[in-house]
Amino acid sequence: MRKPLSAFAVHAILGLYTLLALFPIVLVVMNSFKARRAIFNTPLHPPSPANFDPVGYARVFGDSSLAFYYLNSITVTAGAIILTLLFGAMAAWALTEYKFRWNTLLALFLSIGIMVPIRLGSVAIIQLVAELNLINTLTALILVYTAQNLPLAIFILSEFIAQIPKDLREAARCDGLSEYNIFFHVILPLIRPAMATVAVFTMIPVWNDLWFPLLLAPAGGRQTITLGVQQFLGQYITDWNAVLAALSTAIVPVLLLYVIFSRQLIRGLTSGAVK
Amino acid sequence: MAEVVIGKLSKSFGAVEVLKDIDLAVEDGSFVVLVGPSGCGKSTLLRSIAGLEPVTGGSISIGGREVNGLAPAQRGIAMVFQSYALYPHMDVAANMGFGLKFAGAPKAEIAARVQEAARILQLEPLLKRRPRELSGGQRQRVAIGRAIVRKPQVFLFDEPLSNLDAALRVNTRVEIARLHKMLAATIVYVTHDQVEAMTLADKIVVMNHGRIEQQGKPLDLYYRPANLFVAGFIGSPAMNFLKGEAVAGGVGLGADGLISLPLPPGTAPGAHVTLGIRPEHMRIAAGEGGLRLPATVDLVERLGETGFVHLRLASGAVAIAEIRGETGLKTGDRTHVALDPARLHLFGADGRRLG
Repeated sequence: MRKPLSAFAVHAILGLYTLLALFPIVLVVMNSFKARRAIFNTPLHPPSPANFDPVGYARVFGDSSLAFYYLNSITVTAGAIILTLLFGAMAAWALTEYKFRWNTLLALFLSIGIMVPIRLGSVAIIQLVAELNLINTLTALILVYTAQNLPLAIFILSEFIAQIPKDLREAARCDGLSEYNIFFHVILPLIRPAMATVAVFTMIPVWNDLWFPLLLAPAGGRQTITLGVQQFLGQYITDWNAVLAALSTAIVPVLLLYVIFSRQLIRGLTSGAVK
Repeated sequence: MAEVVIGKLSKSFGAVEVLKDIDLAVEDGSFVVLVGPSGCGKSTLLRSIAGLEPVTGGSISIGGREVNGLAPAQRGIAMVFQSYALYPHMDVAANMGFGLKFAGAPKAEIAARVQEAARILQLEPLLKRRPRELSGGQRQRVAIGRAIVRKPQVFLFDEPLSNLDAALRVNTRVEIARLHKMLAATIVYVTHDQVEAMTLADKIVVMNHGRIEQQGKPLDLYYRPANLFVAGFIGSPAMNFLKGEAVAGGVGLGADGLISLPLPPGTAPGAHVTLGIRPEHMRIAAGEGGLRLPATVDLVERLGETGFVHLRLASGAVAIAEIRGETGLKTGDRTHVALDPARLHLFGADGRRLG
C-alpha cells in the first residue's frame, strides 16, 4: 500500500475516473456559453470570442417560471433532507439504544427498504397521493423522497450511534437529561459527520430525480428544475442553448449544498470523549 | 452527604446471577472500595447504586430514602466513569455545568459552582478547552469536576485511574484521597487494583462471583483474611499457600515435613487444611529446625532495595519469599526458607479461616 508505485497507480486510476466523470459536465458547461451553430459544429471546443453567446442564460433568467422551478427543487431537496435526517436519526437512536419487542424485526423491515427500489411502488404511490389530494404539490415529493431515503439513513446512522460510547449516554443520564435531551444535545451533535454523509447521499438523487416529479407534480407550477428544463426540449425543435444553460445553473445549488455538508465530514469529532 | 444501605440485593441477566444477596452499608462520609477480579460483579453493583442497571431484588437506599425505582439523576449520585465520558463537543466549563443547565439552575449559579470546582481541581486555565485538547489526567480531573459541581450525596467512581499511566495514577490517587477529606464526601469506588484499594479505602469490600467475600478495614483484610480467596487476592505478590493435613501438633506437608503449630480447637486430625504465609513473612535462612523448609531457588527478581525469590519446595510446591538487601542467591541454589510462626494463616477444606 505504501509503495510509491502503487500510490501512483491509485492516483492514476482515480484521475482517469475523475476525467471520465467530469467530461460530460465540462461539455455541458462549455457549450452553454456557445452559439447554437458552434454547439453543433464544434461541440468539443471551448467557447471563444468568435462563438461566445450567452443567449441560453438570457433565456433561462428571462423565463420567470424557471426561477420558481429552482425554488421548488430547493424546497423539495431541503425538505427531504431535513425530514430524512430528523426521522432517520430518531429511528436509528431508538433502534440502537432501546430494547423493545419487535426491535430486530422492525430493523429488518426498514432494511428491506434499502433493497427494494421505491419506484416499484409507483402506481400505489400515485393512488395514495391522489387519494390524499396531494397531486401537484411539493409535499407529495418531500414525503416520497423522505420515505425513499429513510432506510439507508437509518442504516448508516445506526452504525454511527452504536459507536458513540455507552458511557456518554449514561453520563448524560446521571446528569439528569431526559431521553429527548440526550438525543438532541448529546447524540445529534456527535453524529454530525454521519448526518452530513447521509445528507449528501440523499441530496443528489433527489435533486436529479425526474421520475417522481413527472408522476406526482408535473404541472401547476410545482415542477422541479429537472422537469422544468423539459420545456426547452421540443418534439421537433430543442432549444439547446437554454437546456445547457439551465443544466449548468442547476449544478450550482447542489454544489453549494455539497460544500456546506462536506465541511461537516470531519473525522474524529468524538476524540476526547473517552480515554 | 449521606449513607448508602444495600440490603439483600440481587441481579440476574437471564439465568445468570451476577449479584447474590449483597448486604452493604456505606457510612456517611466514608470511602468504600469495591475490589475483585474481572467479572466479579463490582461494576454491576456500582451501576445498580447509580440506577444505570435495574436490580432483580433487594433494596438500595441513599440518605435513608429508598431509591430502587428512581432514575439516576434523582438519586443524588454523581458518577465518574472509567472512560471519563466527557461530552466531546463542549468545552470544559460546559461539560461541568451540563447537568445543572438541564436542571434549570440559574446561569450565575452554574458559573459559580463550575468556578468553585475548577478552583478545587486547578482546572481554571482549562475551562475554555475541549476534551480532545486535554491530557488523560486533565480529562480525569474534569470528570471529577463534573461530579463535584452536581453536589451529590454520594460519589461513585468506576475504575477512574485505569486509563492513566503509572506516574499519573499515583498523583491522581493522592488527589482523590485529598478531595475525599476536603469534601467529607461519601464515596463508593470500584477498582481491580489492590494498591488503590489499600491506600484509599476506609472499608474494602472484596467481591467474587457476585458475592461479598469479606468487608472491613484494609489492614484487617490484610492481616486476618476471612478465607482463601481474600487471602490470595489482597497483597502482592500473593500469599503463599501450602496444602497439607492436620496432624497431632501441627500440619503435615507431606515431603516438606511437619510444621508444628497449635491447631485451633475442633480441627479434626486428618482434615485437609491450607497453610498461608505472605512473602514478607518468609526468610531465606540456612540451617535446619524450627519452621524451616528446604527449597530450591527457581528465580530471583531484584527490585533494588527488596526482591523476590521464587522457590520450589521438596514437595514440588512453589512459594515466593521477599528478600531485603543484597544476597548472592541465584537460580538452582539449594537453601532453606524460614516461616514466621506468628504470621501463619490456616484455612480449612472449605476455604474458611481456622482460628
